[in-house]
Amino acid sequence: MTEQPIVLEAKGITKNFPGVLANDQVDFDLRKGEIHALLGENGAGKTTLMNILYGLYKPDSGEIKVNGQPVVIHSPKDSIEAGIGMVHQHFMLVPVFTVAENIMLGDETTRYGVLDQKAVVRRVKELSKQYSLEIDPNAIVGQLPVGVQQRVEIIKALYRNAQILILDEPTAVLTPQEADDLFVIMRELTRRGVSIIFITHKLKEVLAIADRITVMRAGRVVGTVDPKDTNEQKLAAMMVGREVILKVEKKPAQPGKQVLEVEGLSVHDWRGLETVRGVTFQVRAGEILGIAGVQGNGQTELVETLTGLRPSAGGKIRFSGQDMTGKSPRLLTETGMAHIPEDRQRHGLVLSYPVADNLVLNTYYKQPFGVRGIMQPAAIDANARKLIQDFDIRTPSPYVNVGKLSGGNQQKVIVARELSHEINLLIANQPTRGLDVGSIEYIHQEIVAMRDRGLGVLLVSAELDEIMALSDRIAVMYRGQIVVTVDANKVTREQLGLWMAGAHPEE
Amino acid sequence: MLVPLLAVLTAVVVGGVVIVAVGGNPFFAYIGLIQGSFGSAKALSETAVWATPYIFAGLAVALAFKGGLFNIGAEGQLAFGAVTAALIGYALPDWLGTDLPAIIHIPLAVGLGALAGALWAAIPGALKAYTGGHEVINTIMMNYIALNLTSFLLNGPMRDPNPIDLSAQTPEIALSARIPPLFEGLRFHWGFILALVVAFLVYILIWKTTLGFEIRTVGSNPDAAQYAGINVKRTIVISMALSGLLAGMAGTIEVTALNYRHELGFSIGYGFDAIAIALLGKTHPLGVVLAAILFGAMRNGATRMQFLTQIPVDVISVIQALILLFVAADAIIRYIYRFKTRGERVVLTRGWGG
Amino acid sequence: MDWKRFSFITLVIVLLFTVVVLVGSAAQKPVVIIASMLATTLTVATPLTLGALSGIFCERSGVVNIGIEGMMLTAAFFGWLAAIYMNSIFGFSSMPSLIVGVLFAILSSVLMSLLHAVLSVTFKVDQIIGGTVINILAVGVTGFLNRQLFFEKGSVFGGNVPHAPGTLPIIHVPVQEGVEAICKLTGGTEGCQTLANAFGKVFDQQPITIAAILLVILSHFILFKTRWGLRTRAVGEHPRAADTLGINVQRMRYLNVLIGGVMAGLAGAYFTLESVPSFEPVMTNGRGFIALAAMIFGNWTPFGAWAASLVFGAAQALQINMQVFRDVIPAQWTILQNSYVVGLTPYILTMIILTGIIGKTIPPAADGQPYEK
Repeated sequence: MTEQPIVLEAKGITKNFPGVLANDQVDFDLRKGEIHALLGENGAGKTTLMNILYGLYKPDSGEIKVNGQPVVIHSPKDSIEAGIGMVHQHFMLVPVFTVAENIMLGDETTRYGVLDQKAVVRRVKELSKQYSLEIDPNAIVGQLPVGVQQRVEIIKALYRNAQILILDEPTAVLTPQEADDLFVIMRELTRRGVSIIFITHKLKEVLAIADRITVMRAGRVVGTVDPKDTNEQKLAAMMVGREVILKVEKKPAQPGKQVLEVEGLSVHDWRGLETVRGVTFQVRAGEILGIAGVQGNGQTELVETLTGLRPSAGGKIRFSGQDMTGKSPRLLTETGMAHIPEDRQRHGLVLSYPVADNLVLNTYYKQPFGVRGIMQPAAIDANARKLIQDFDIRTPSPYVNVGKLSGGNQQKVIVARELSHEINLLIANQPTRGLDVGSIEYIHQEIVAMRDRGLGVLLVSAELDEIMALSDRIAVMYRGQIVVTVDANKVTREQLGLWMAGAHPEE
Repeated sequence: MLVPLLAVLTAVVVGGVVIVAVGGNPFFAYIGLIQGSFGSAKALSETAVWATPYIFAGLAVALAFKGGLFNIGAEGQLAFGAVTAALIGYALPDWLGTDLPAIIHIPLAVGLGALAGALWAAIPGALKAYTGGHEVINTIMMNYIALNLTSFLLNGPMRDPNPIDLSAQTPEIALSARIPPLFEGLRFHWGFILALVVAFLVYILIWKTTLGFEIRTVGSNPDAAQYAGINVKRTIVISMALSGLLAGMAGTIEVTALNYRHELGFSIGYGFDAIAIALLGKTHPLGVVLAAILFGAMRNGATRMQFLTQIPVDVISVIQALILLFVAADAIIRYIYRFKTRGERVVLTRGWGG
Repeated sequence: MDWKRFSFITLVIVLLFTVVVLVGSAAQKPVVIIASMLATTLTVATPLTLGALSGIFCERSGVVNIGIEGMMLTAAFFGWLAAIYMNSIFGFSSMPSLIVGVLFAILSSVLMSLLHAVLSVTFKVDQIIGGTVINILAVGVTGFLNRQLFFEKGSVFGGNVPHAPGTLPIIHVPVQEGVEAICKLTGGTEGCQTLANAFGKVFDQQPITIAAILLVILSHFILFKTRWGLRTRAVGEHPRAADTLGINVQRMRYLNVLIGGVMAGLAGAYFTLESVPSFEPVMTNGRGFIALAAMIFGNWTPFGAWAASLVFGAAQALQINMQVFRDVIPAQWTILQNSYVVGLTPYILTMIILTGIIGKTIPPAADGQPYEK
């Protein structure tokens, strides 16, 4: 294969955030028509580097060349002019706008001062034909499925004649099959001369699609390798800096009696749409039931209803042998339910409170922390010191605001609090999202340990690998329904992927 | 502590510029202000008299802030509390057909007046909690409703039948409902002491009780509060009611310890000043007390200032608005004085969403 | 506008009109009363409409503005002051004085909105607190200057308020002529002529009122048909998305807050240059806050906000017309004579609307959130 010319080159990029060296002398280059994967775990500095290339951050030092010419990129405008387009992990789309409006934004065509919608629609149709990216230019973006929204983002970049495309964790929100579709599109784009930077932390994907792989760790480039010369184990070691056990060790489950029984549960979201539609399942003591599914298929609403945060629209919830439909979070907690919420900063913590207060967030009123309506600082302090030790929470003191801790330690505060009182069921929703490998391993071990102590565990995760590694049984959720529940040992990744995409399980 | 002090200092300097601009001498003006507020026993007494309603109203706004609520309606709660206290003060003996001992009459007037304020604030609180109607607009609407209602009452059913002049006011309250002055010949009264005690109680409530923990948690992160099993809606109503209770106290003390009646227009501006006081005091009870004394001193000293320099007392409103500006926008103060540290942003209010 | 809110608006307006017609029918023909109510409604809705437009531009770009009340008050004072200076000190005649007054009203309000933009966009102050600062500052400054300039010994005008140059003149809109022409063409009956007489004057309004209606149309066009509007809405919904496409979020927000200042300035001018030729402390009386309620009820759209403003206008028109018919109000309805009681209508209406029981509306997603890169 002939060496293609280098279209993008970054040299010696350094970026300091208060307290964190996000990029340290990073070198990176991209050849014409290749897919260059940038691999690294959360917080390794991948996104920072890309935001610098896209003009969202200013580097402290370093040089960027496009097609061999040094360029100064102060804003996204500069990078768009240099032919760089970026598809962000969290889509940069205005949900209430149409596809066409989103695409033209910032690069509008007008006639006599009036927006020329027709011209844009025409051009979008051309582009979607040219790259076989099917799209309706007049659809409202917020109503489109995630995979289609991603296509809008790609067309948005092509509309601006991007020759270099940065895709930031594009598969995080997709089913395995949708991810495969995306890979086809990526191949198609490279065939037409577009060069792609593919950012991810998923090892399988890089090996499947990338032409070259650059691995980052703690703000530095560890190395660049050819996918032919490496494997998952080696990449994982490069990423984390030590040998990683990719499999969670666990003994066979010893299921006991049922702790949670859900029967025909329906839930409405804030718009009044039925997002959970007649869901039935059971969780037994001593087992982990994993709920797999692409984000936004009703998992959030399901968990919120199970934990008393959202009213149900029909059906029954039995917990610990009692009917608990529509009961308050407080009663559920007192009955022995622990909950690791999906959005830890929104639901799980008060960021402006010290660690000690967060550790009694749902027990503050009970003995020994609150006596006849008066808070007991001594008991709260003792509790904090014990849990900080037991759960290895890295904090300078119990009185540091929890918002100042790292994501992993914030999650440990929640885990410590939830597991410290008497419980018989743990509901964990996306328990490792956004965490580093060390914290992920820790949380996984805790969850398995809880199961082995005889607790029922309901694990909800969009990460299929996590579901497969931890669960004893797996239920697949699609469009608000559980399409199938299977034994974790008797199912393949591919099969789960198909169900997650809506395929009907036929025996 | 430094930012509020610098904010006051900056406002005083800018206020001086305003005084120069309208042809006055700022030094004489400020000397007059200080003489008038701290220069004599009488001046001190009057400063305390002014500060008393400010402490209550400032605590009211501060407590609501702790609960994540912006109570712009202290004005209306205060007026409603004052009208109620006046009614109990002058009419209760008639209704009962007997005189009451002060030990019963005073607590009844003050207590029911405060409750009236609590009720007035609980309405926008409940609207916020159960319908999502934003408390900022609703408390302002309740101000105008209170203003209209008191106008109606004081011009109609509650009007003094033997008025001294044409102003709309209630009859004088019974002697048994009056809080006595502390010293003969000065207007300094027990209400000020009561205000300090209440400030301490508010401190205990916010920082030492589980109810305070609930209020603060709802104020800091309502989603986490709900997750933690706190009844968020009820807590919002309680926070507003307690806030209104304090604002109502401001009104009742004015009636029972100072004016011995309620008259129209006596309280114009307390509600807004209370916002400045709460923010200047960093929503901490001790800070509120200090800020309230400062504001009381300014209002009190302004008369002397006007006497000396012909600068109208209204300039105080400008200076107080400037203090609020610099306290609220402490980033400006940090910018002017080149602070190195960045302050943590404390979320006080939220948008229309809920 | 969905049917729920539309029918609510219609219902309330019809109800308010009916009350006045019933009460006043002893003294006047219903058609005359309706025409008079219509004219008053259009007039008194003006500051609300303009205030709501001010809010729409700010909030569509993501800046909550509860300082409209203060901006209006500032504009009312400085517009009036400028007009008086032009007229009494510099000796200009009424019309140029008033025009300069309007310009100064807008200028002073824009300066206040600039302060709001500095606070909320640059210094990222809590926007509701920032708006409150504007409101309190406006009361302080206008109150102080009003006293200092006019009422103190040794003040500029020596304790006398000089004659203001009056109010802006009515612009004749030939509706009556038009209706009469149609009457003639269709072989005009007497009824047709009565109609023409009654409603001919409804649109004979003063310039700011007419401008407000035109600005509703213009604002709709700008927000939904132009590049400026698309970018404004994008910045208010998803500022980061706009930023990634090279749109300067801070600049868009600044300019939209200033546009909001222009609208609020015109609303302020209405009080002292169009409605009455005098200034009183805190004369805006909460209109700025009611305008915000109209904006919310109108779902942040110009036409929706205008419709909501008309409801409040009708409520106020009720109060005004009740005063007209004071003497003919039947005994059992004396409560309607009391302006304090009738005067509650707009405020209670505002609170009802904000409960969302007549349809919840959704603010721009990034409304009130400072943008941090």
